[in-house]
Amino acid sequence: MQVTTILFSSLVKKYLMAVTGLIGVGFVAGHLLGNLQVYSLLGGADAFNAYAYKLHHLPYGLLWIVRIVLLATVAVHVWMAVLLTIENKRARPEGYADNSTVQATYASKTMRWSGVILLAFIIFHIAHYTTRSVPGMKYNETIEKVPLMKEGKPVMQSGEVVMTFDAYTMVVQGFSNLPVSIFYIVAMGLLCLHLTHGVSSMFQSVGLRNHSWQKRLDKIALVYGWGIFLGFISIPISILTGVVS
Amino acid sequence: MNLKLKVWRQPSQEAAGKFEIYDIESVSEDSSFLEMLDILNERLLEKGEGPVHFDHDCREGICGMCSLTIDGIPHGPERATTACQLHMRHFKDGDTITIEPWRAKPFPVVKDLVVDRTAFERIIQSGGYVSVNTGAAPDGNAIPIPKKDADFAMDAAACIGCGACVAACPNASAMLFTSAKASQLNTLPQGRPEKDRRTLAMVSTMDAEGFGNCTNYGECEAVCPKEIKLDMIAKLNRDFAVASVKNLFGKAG
Ligand code: HEM
Ligand code: FES
Repeated sequence: MQVTTILFSSLVKKYLMAVTGLIGVGFVAGHLLGNLQVYSLLGGADAFNAYAYKLHHLPYGLLWIVRIVLLATVAVHVWMAVLLTIENKRARPEGYADNSTVQATYASKTMRWSGVILLAFIIFHIAHYTTRSVPGMKYNETIEKVPLMKEGKPVMQSGEVVMTFDAYTMVVQGFSNLPVSIFYIVAMGLLCLHLTHGVSSMFQSVGLRNHSWQKRLDKIALVYGWGIFLGFISIPISILTGVVS
Repeated sequence: MNLKLKVWRQPSQEAAGKFEIYDIESVSEDSSFLEMLDILNERLLEKGEGPVHFDHDCREGICGMCSLTIDGIPHGPERATTACQLHMRHFKDGDTITIEPWRAKPFPVVKDLVVDRTAFERIIQSGGYVSVNTGAAPDGNAIPIPKKDADFAMDAAACIGCGACVAACPNASAMLFTSAKASQLNTLPQGRPEKDRRTLAMVSTMDAEGFGNCTNYGECEAVCPKEIKLDMIAKLNRDFAVASVKNLFGKAG
């Protein structure tokens, strides 16, 4: 069979959806673990800033490799989502008067919508905290650099204190803005919804699920989705309530 | 019981269709859904109106011809039941029942509630068979088959090809049908020599016919009158991945 026929088949789109989804799932978990260092119990300001410094000084240009892989992942995920949506709409030109469903979950029926809003969130989030170029929130210009700390002492290099960007203060300032925090919390809610379907669905898409595993995976997806949701939203809530400052 | 029926009427494939409302009185609770439509048609004929066209054959739940979307659910509200096996006792006196054809681009409406399902035949033709040489019939027990495989193949073979899976799927995907037909053969030793070729061919025919892509809603499984499980789709996803890689290296069977 022609390789192109296979490449453009419905199933390859689903494989790509699943693989890019899996990368996203791994990234989101890692990102959460990194973020939780804002809590003084898990490190606090110095540890958080040192972690940010470490990410920015990974060897072999790893930071950019990871960034490019992640951007490509999002691009492919969204591209496949668009193709699937177009083709699926085309397959049912005339709809039903009665659109009842029997067992499809709310999450599965809203993947497109949760996805589109997540995309908007991802773009804002990168502009907000990565490139720091949102008007009125240009943290590179407004936040002073701080000494890089290790075990409570400033890190010295050739007789000078190493200075680093104060990512901790940026996060505190960023989430002190109520609309920003609300958008963040809503987006995390939609991510939770997206994942409660996605995390189980991705196994089905690559053929690694059966009836008994579906029950388990659905539960895992639910726990994972809620864990991600609660973990992420705890940070803006802690900042807004003054627990973290 | 007295009912109000909202029935899709469409004179031909090209013509535009619309819903007609029919009031139908004194229907027995013991009649089947199709018998209820027979009664409607007799009364329509008496009045000199054209009868409602719908597909049916065995009326025993085994042929897969009946194809009615009843209140938005293919084959109606009862699980594991074809429309012909659905009885009116599952409805209430005074109910309004909406009856629509299967809705999918590859299943064009022929007339009223009758759709053309030859797209399914073309999927079968492309790979839903095993090649057997003519000659003396082989001994049925010559090849031992593990019980688990035999059971799985039997579950797949229960598919009657009615198309309710496509009708129910929000994407009009034919994955449940295609996966059942492929898995039935892919699971058994007799089907294994042609497994890769079959899998690739049936999926590409399915795509070419214009069915949608599976996004794991599970609606197909919910309406399937033969309770075919999503496990079949997972197996097809797996078989297709393996066949694609083997094909890349010229090793597809
Ligand atoms: C944080 C980022 C995201 C993560 C972690 C994520 C994760 C996932 C996962 C695991 C799946 C399941 C894959 C499968 O069914 O095989 C999925 C499916 C999907 N995602 Fe995402 N996704 C993300 C962002 C997006 C975005 C930005 C969009 C669209 C604009 C999107 C749209 C979709 C769609 C349409 C599906 C397919 C739904 C289906 O198969 O029913 N996702 N996603
Ligand atoms: S008429 Fe044969 S299955 Fe319904």
